[in-house]
Amino acid sequence: MKTILFIEDESALQKTVGEILKQEGYEIISALDGRVGLKLAQRKTPDLILLDLILPKLNGFEVLKKLKENSETKNIPVIVLTNLEGIEDIDKAIELGAQSYLVKAQYELKELVEKVKKILNE
Amino acid sequence: MNLLKRIFSKLNIVEQCKKYNISLWQCPQFLFLVMGMIIVVSSLTAYAFGTRYIEDPLTVALIIQLLAGVLLTMATIITRSFERLAEANRLKSEFISVVSHQLRSPLSNLKWTIELLTSGKLGKIEEKQVEYFKIIRENSNRMHELVSDLLTVSRIESAKLPFKKQEFSMQELVDNLIIEYKPLASASNVEVIFKKVDDLPKASSDPSRIKLVMENLLDNAIRYVNEKGKVEIKLSQENNNIRFSVKDNGVGIPEKDKKYIFQKFFRSENVLRHQTKGSGLGLYISKAIIKKAKGKIGFQSEESKGSTFWFIIPIN
Repeated sequence: MKTILFIEDESALQKTVGEILKQEGYEIISALDGRVGLKLAQRKTPDLILLDLILPKLNGFEVLKKLKENSETKNIPVIVLTNLEGIEDIDKAIELGAQSYLVKAQYELKELVEKVKKILNE
Repeated sequence: MNLLKRIFSKLNIVEQCKKYNISLWQCPQFLFLVMGMIIVVSSLTAYAFGTRYIEDPLTVALIIQLLAGVLLTMATIITRSFERLAEANRLKSEFISVVSHQLRSPLSNLKWTIELLTSGKLGKIEEKQVEYFKIIRENSNRMHELVSDLLTVSRIESAKLPFKKQEFSMQELVDNLIIEYKPLASASNVEVIFKKVDDLPKASSDPSRIKLVMENLLDNAIRYVNEKGKVEIKLSQENNNIRFSVKDNGVGIPEKDKKYIFQKFFRSENVLRHQTKGSGLGLYISKAIIKKAKGKIGFQSEESKGSTFWFIIPIN
């Protein structure tokens, strides 16, 4: 069973997104802040990371940077999931190595699931 | 060299004033420059008249000083008050932007949670509950759209609206638009007609922004129509531009409201009578987009007969 690490501080989303991905047959690991997220990524090496950008303790950009610097985690695909939609943020995330950048407000839940399935099946 | 460039750009009043997003005559820097010139001219005039009619040079000097002093005080007062106006405007835009961003998170959380609930994946929903879930979803979407509109407006006002130019077919855009609006049109009992035009050249602009404008205009046309509505979309080439127009046989715009149509949050009285939901920002946003695309937007309308909204954008 493939594992997805979900780094997101909003518990509502942890619950909703976690539930639908669980129903799709994935194992979900939750992290509510950037520091814990980074630690869990290194410890558990998930198959995919869903990363919010606005996080307590360590923000998403920093987490992304450190993930890509670490040889154990740099090959894990990262989908950035955020409500920040400025071009500067999108460019920065892609430059730091994010595979995909989804603005929550512009996507439906089922579209997110499709995206996850697509990346995990590659 | 760099310093000179920086000084010159600071002095480029027009550009500085555009940042405030207000007209030149309300811009503090420009007004101060104008007042400065008025002071210089009046001082010279006073000197010319003074030396002609007054013997004592010291008296002339005093008069000029007093005149310059009075004008300078006036100039300072006027520009200070406009400065405060511009600052208040900017703070208001910033506030709207901050609040809208904050609202985005809980609203998108709601959106996804509602989607999960209504998908049936958490258990079957009772017959009786379906309708109420629908109400929750629709109202959550309404809030979502309003916040999106507000964010677009604040980006327009801070002149940070991203605009990616590319070549695209207006025809294709309209074809997709009609498919997208089929459900709304049939639900509102409105017939949408589109007369295709052959050999229309490609337009050069940001297709997603232009599509937004088309959506706004078509949305309005469908919503403000009474029973048995008919909406006609036309595309044509006008010199070096492409013209898009939407004609409806709807409620029309009362004469007294016509000059406010493109203003923020403006809802015409007869719209309120017809109870349509909307933020009142659609046309404001559309006008800003068309302006950025270096085009023109306008309308003709007669109350109770209908309206035609149109815009033109350049081909290259």
